[in-house]
Amino acid sequence: MAGADHPKIEVQELNFYYGSFQALENVSMEIHERQITALIGPSGCGKTTFLRCLNRMNDDIPGARVEGKVLIEGEDVYEQGVDVVELRRRVGMVFQKPNPFPQSVFDNVAFGPRVLGLTNGRTDLNELVERSLTRAALWEEVKDDLAKEALGLSLGEQQRLCIARVLAVEPEIILMDEPCSALDPIATAKIEELMRQLRERYTIVIVTHNMQQAARVSDRTGLFWLGKLVEFDEAARIFTRPTQQLTEDYITGRMG
Amino acid sequence: MARPRLRSTLDREIGEINDDLLRMHKLVDQAIVRSVDSLTRRDQATAQQVIDEDIQINDLRYKIEEACLALIATQQPAAGDLRSIIAAMHMVVEMERMGDHATGIAKTVIRMGDEPLLKPLVDIPRMAELAREMLRQSLAAYAGRDAAKARAVADLDDQMDGLYKAVFSELVEIMSHTPDSAARATYLLWCAHNLERIADRVTNIAERVVFIATGDMQELND
Repeated sequence: MAGADHPKIEVQELNFYYGSFQALENVSMEIHERQITALIGPSGCGKTTFLRCLNRMNDDIPGARVEGKVLIEGEDVYEQGVDVVELRRRVGMVFQKPNPFPQSVFDNVAFGPRVLGLTNGRTDLNELVERSLTRAALWEEVKDDLAKEALGLSLGEQQRLCIARVLAVEPEIILMDEPCSALDPIATAKIEELMRQLRERYTIVIVTHNMQQAARVSDRTGLFWLGKLVEFDEAARIFTRPTQQLTEDYITGRMG
Repeated sequence: MARPRLRSTLDREIGEINDDLLRMHKLVDQAIVRSVDSLTRRDQATAQQVIDEDIQINDLRYKIEEACLALIATQQPAAGDLRSIIAAMHMVVEMERMGDHATGIAKTVIRMGDEPLLKPLVDIPRMAELAREMLRQSLAAYAGRDAAKARAVADLDDQMDGLYKAVFSELVEIMSHTPDSAARATYLLWCAHNLERIADRVTNIAERVVFIATGDMQELND
């Protein structure tokens, strides 16, 4: 079964520790396929830690420890023997600050497919790069100069290039950690529009400090507070009639 | 050091909207009192005053609506704040129309001219008092975000409907026996109908209060 009601990710009683500090406490959540799920909450509440648990980006942090399950399509990503490189192909990530490689636009997008051997020959690679840039709504702006240095693009274009780089390895899930915090309102609007388009094909989880952004783009929104998931519901409900006083106080800006 | 109060601008401006709502309530209440008083005393000057002063109610409606729009545009209210502001926008429309109903009574008084009243008024002043009480209670429920009180206001509408039916039956009875009195009876029926409509609009306000308090939209009276 696939579609908006299908839980793509099931997180079950997730606890996460940085040494003796517990950053996540018994978090359970179902993230639905081809929906945008936004995670909000004040700094240090655990939302980015949670996001990074979904593709095991926290694995290399010294002293970090995880309990509970993160099931993607029913399979626990923390099971022994899981190929973490393959996991991160399936579950791509876009960061707060655009981080293109100091290479051409083409090579940035082609990097992943080349390393993973996803294409057969130059024509195949060219098509994949074009498709990825088109889906990232960047193709029209760069198609005449794919050899251009990626670092010469505007910040907004760089961020869309990073999204194209994720798309090029054909993921199922895209994690976004405050993807617009370094961008101006127009570049932000373009990314938000792009997210709505990507939602047709991919499951998206976004961490944002911008509550209006969460309200604008997400299907479902979750509030984290001191490592706990306080409330998780449809965005329209969270922003008009939350059930928890903590959510009401946070989203009305009276606490945080 | 004391923690700074968050959203003080939003809180202050919602407070100002609430103050204006109370001012609007006072004007509408006054219009109801004066319109029925002008009917009882056949006082055309007072009736004309109700008509002339309706513009104050209309102006306050637009002032409050503009303040609500500005708050939505500039402060991005959410949850309870957003529900309060949206409810205020509905409430001012209801109160503005109540002012129009009071004006409707006043216009009827002027249309009646010097013709004597068909009968001494008993139920129509009762309807006016009930409408005022319902309005007062609905504003109190709004101020306290009190869903139970709002539902109680809606229950009073049944009394209003009972009074209206009694007036209606009595006037139809009079018309059937003395057809010459049809015009004068119809004038009184119009007045009673305006009061009954005011109570319906108060019920709409009560529904908005339930929405603010609980987030649920529901019809309180069918």
